[in-house]
Amino acid sequence: MSAIEISNLAKTYQVGFFRKTEKAALKNLTLEVHEGEIFGYLGPNGAGKTTTLKLLMGLMFPTAGTASILGRPISDPQVKRSIGFLPEQPYFYDYLTARELLEYYASLSDVPAKERSSRAQRMLDRVGLGGAANTQLRKFSKGMLQRAGIAQAIIHDPKIVFLDEPMSGLDPIGRREVRDLIQELNDEGKTVFFSTHILSDAETLCDRVAVLNRGELQGVGVVADLLAETVGKREVIWEGASTALDALGTKVKIVGDIARTVIDDRQADAAIDAIRHAGGRLKSLMPVQGALEDYFLKHTEPGAGAEVKSE
Amino acid sequence: MSATAAILRNSVTRISAVILVFTLGASAWLAYRLDVSRPEVPSQEVLYLQTPRAVKIISLGYTGLAACIYWTRAVQYFGEKNVAKSKRFDLLQPLLDLTVSLDPHMVPAYEFGAIFLAQAPPYGAGMPDAAVKFVERGIHDNPTDWRLYYHLGFIQYIERHDYKAAADAFTRASDVAGHPAWMNAMPALMSQRAGDIETARVLWTRMYENAENEAMRKNAYLRLVALHVDDDVIHLEALTATYQQRTGNYPVGWREMIAAGLLKGVPVDPSGEPYRLAANGKVVVEDPARFPFITKGIPSGQKAAQTVTDESEKLLKNH
Amino acid sequence: MTTSRIGHIAYNTFREAVRDRVLYNLIFFALLLLASTPLFGKISIGLERIVLVNLGLTAVTIFGMLISIFIGIGLVSKEIDKKTLYTVLSRPVRRWEFILGKYFGLGLTLLVNTFFMAVGFLAALLYIAHGFQRSDVQLLGALYFIMLQFMVIIAITLLFSSFSSPMLSALFAFGYFVIGNFAEELRGAANLLDGVSRAIVLGISYLVPNFTAMNVISQVAHSEGITGALLLQNSLYAIFYSAAALSAAILIFENRDLK
Ligand SMILES: Nc1ncnc2c1ncn2[C@@H]1O[C@H](COP(=O)(O)OP(=O)(O)O)[C@@H](O)[C@H]1O
Ligand SMILES: [Mg+2]
Repeated sequence: MSAIEISNLAKTYQVGFFRKTEKAALKNLTLEVHEGEIFGYLGPNGAGKTTTLKLLMGLMFPTAGTASILGRPISDPQVKRSIGFLPEQPYFYDYLTARELLEYYASLSDVPAKERSSRAQRMLDRVGLGGAANTQLRKFSKGMLQRAGIAQAIIHDPKIVFLDEPMSGLDPIGRREVRDLIQELNDEGKTVFFSTHILSDAETLCDRVAVLNRGELQGVGVVADLLAETVGKREVIWEGASTALDALGTKVKIVGDIARTVIDDRQADAAIDAIRHAGGRLKSLMPVQGALEDYFLKHTEPGAGAEVKSE
Repeated sequence: MSATAAILRNSVTRISAVILVFTLGASAWLAYRLDVSRPEVPSQEVLYLQTPRAVKIISLGYTGLAACIYWTRAVQYFGEKNVAKSKRFDLLQPLLDLTVSLDPHMVPAYEFGAIFLAQAPPYGAGMPDAAVKFVERGIHDNPTDWRLYYHLGFIQYIERHDYKAAADAFTRASDVAGHPAWMNAMPALMSQRAGDIETARVLWTRMYENAENEAMRKNAYLRLVALHVDDDVIHLEALTATYQQRTGNYPVGWREMIAAGLLKGVPVDPSGEPYRLAANGKVVVEDPARFPFITKGIPSGQKAAQTVTDESEKLLKNH
Repeated sequence: MTTSRIGHIAYNTFREAVRDRVLYNLIFFALLLLASTPLFGKISIGLERIVLVNLGLTAVTIFGMLISIFIGIGLVSKEIDKKTLYTVLSRPVRRWEFILGKYFGLGLTLLVNTFFMAVGFLAALLYIAHGFQRSDVQLLGALYFIMLQFMVIIAITLLFSSFSSPMLSALFAFGYFVIGNFAEELRGAANLLDGVSRAIVLGISYLVPNFTAMNVISQVAHSEGITGALLLQNSLYAIFYSAAALSAAILIFENRDLK
């Protein structure tokens, strides 16, 4: 059984009050997520990631298409027992303390009364908020809110966790912690479906990713495959002999003794030789981190606008 | 069609649609029931400035002016209630109290209160005891005004049927300088002819002649008309009884009575309509709605007018 | 499970209200007003009790109504705006459970508030009257009717806030309260019209909440009894009307895209 099955899902927003125009935020999405995967849902801002998640959570109703989670259609209330959800930029009842918040959510997820407080404490410890359990959420920083949000998404031990941009707005340490947490959840056997617009977040973590642009699915697969297709460039950094690669005609940046440039994959061997010949010392030769923008530039046909005027 | 189908997308929405229709209907029906079953209530009638002191402060010492305003309000209030065929006059007493507290010498207010506080609903507030107190208060503040003693006697006689107290009041009136000559005869009238129509007629006639307030005059006039009808009915029923004694049967029409020499013509009520002969020699008016206050001649199964009706208004206009 | 979820949402709604400063401000002013009613009473000879009952119960009604509206309008829209609703509805909570939970939570809030205002009111009465009379039981009846009005107003506020903005909801709900108090007058006015306009006005007058029948303040001020029939009819009416408003709210909310 697949964890999530989406077929021909579409959502069109009505915008404007008097002169209604339609905005197709999601077009004909068909996608399958396997049980036990960490699945990255990638796309630039406005691609339709949040829209997809809201449809899956039953917060909005699709214009067309169907979706099922663990074999049940999403309109089946039973589905909600096995999923957890972290919305984008979450905000919580700020008059509650972190502990009260988690106990409340536990009660809404039908967690038995006697387990609620111990689970709340465990979740808070797990996301590093153990010390702030009795602090009202109005005093929480953005990062703390994000952690509380993850805690509430897993308090009832769901089989699938949906996270909408879980790393956005966090500092590097926070991102790292969230990444570790996602990995842990997956190790426990949970399926994790998370959206992001930053490729590097997904790269290290995901088994598979889907890339979305302007409401259309661009591709699904293993991250490396997608990147290889996109980039095929390497960054070379060396010390001394800063003119060694002038023959390749690339732009070289020099800071003190260190030189840096980006070359084609095919030129890698030639570049190593050239640096060695010139008496320089190779410091690093790395594939260029695939910028998602590059991928989209490649996958977005000009004029494929999502706006359609209604009659 | 597809729009409704979409709205009723699941069992919850279908059930709530059914509940909505049912409960909305039920509540409209209950609202209707409540309207029918509840007596008329003066829901928003609240007099916020209830105390003379508060009014005095707010009127910046112009108490005479304030008294006039409250007096006007009292009369208007009574008029509105009367038109609305109301059974409750909750604010009449507080308004009058305020008026005379602001100006203790406003005799018309005492007079007005004497009649309309005392008379039973729908012609007044139905508080004869309060009316007595109110007039006594007026007498205390205006001991030299014979009219207040007269009103006191009037309430005692007409509303409370306390003939001795009435006689006392009239005696006190005839001790006050400036009283009209007819006042001297009143105490005797009380003791000799207590409770008869004639005495009531004298009282209402005097009231009618002396009333300065239009509402009071109308009221007295309708009272006199009613007494007239009551009187007619008593006389006519005595004649039908005589007829029955002579012939053994009650008359079925006025013509028989005329033929028997008991009547000179067909008797008519004050609105010009002939009286009707009912079974067993009873005499009734054609339309009791014309005669508020009548106690006799009401056709069986009907009621006297509950208030001043359009019909009785006509009577007043003709007059 | 359904009932326990509704209960938890209700409790959380109550908790939100009692931790809100607006509530305390309103209660503070209500109690201040109630505390000052004996002053009004003191200067009115013989009418203290009537003045106090009228003013006191009117104050309880108005402040309770303000609390219902001010807290009620934000109940749903705030949860949508701040996206807290997303984390609730992605759980086994049905949308109709959420609406009912909000309703009972606000109802509980109003019950507690009304209790405190009633205590303040009765204390003021005790202060000027130096004791209670038998007929004061009627006051409890009047307070019960006031509470019924709140339950209806809450349902209506919830209905409006299930589809419109807080500002509009407040306007609508307040307008409804005012119209509801003139329901009978509206029917009176309808009887002066004829034809279609009469039918329309009459129809509207039976659809707006009938608060006139629930307002017995001036009756109890004069120590007049509340009949058992009125008690029953008003209770039923409040239940039906609230149920109608709530099912309309559910109907709308179940279909709403939470964008
Ligand atoms: N409530 C809404 N009304 C109208 N358009 C919307 C609404 N929400 C999102 N959109 C539009 O739909 C598209 C997809 O939005 P969204 O799903 O939020 O993207 P993402 O989460 O990938 O950033 C965007 O073009 C956005 O402007
Ligand atoms: Mg988004």
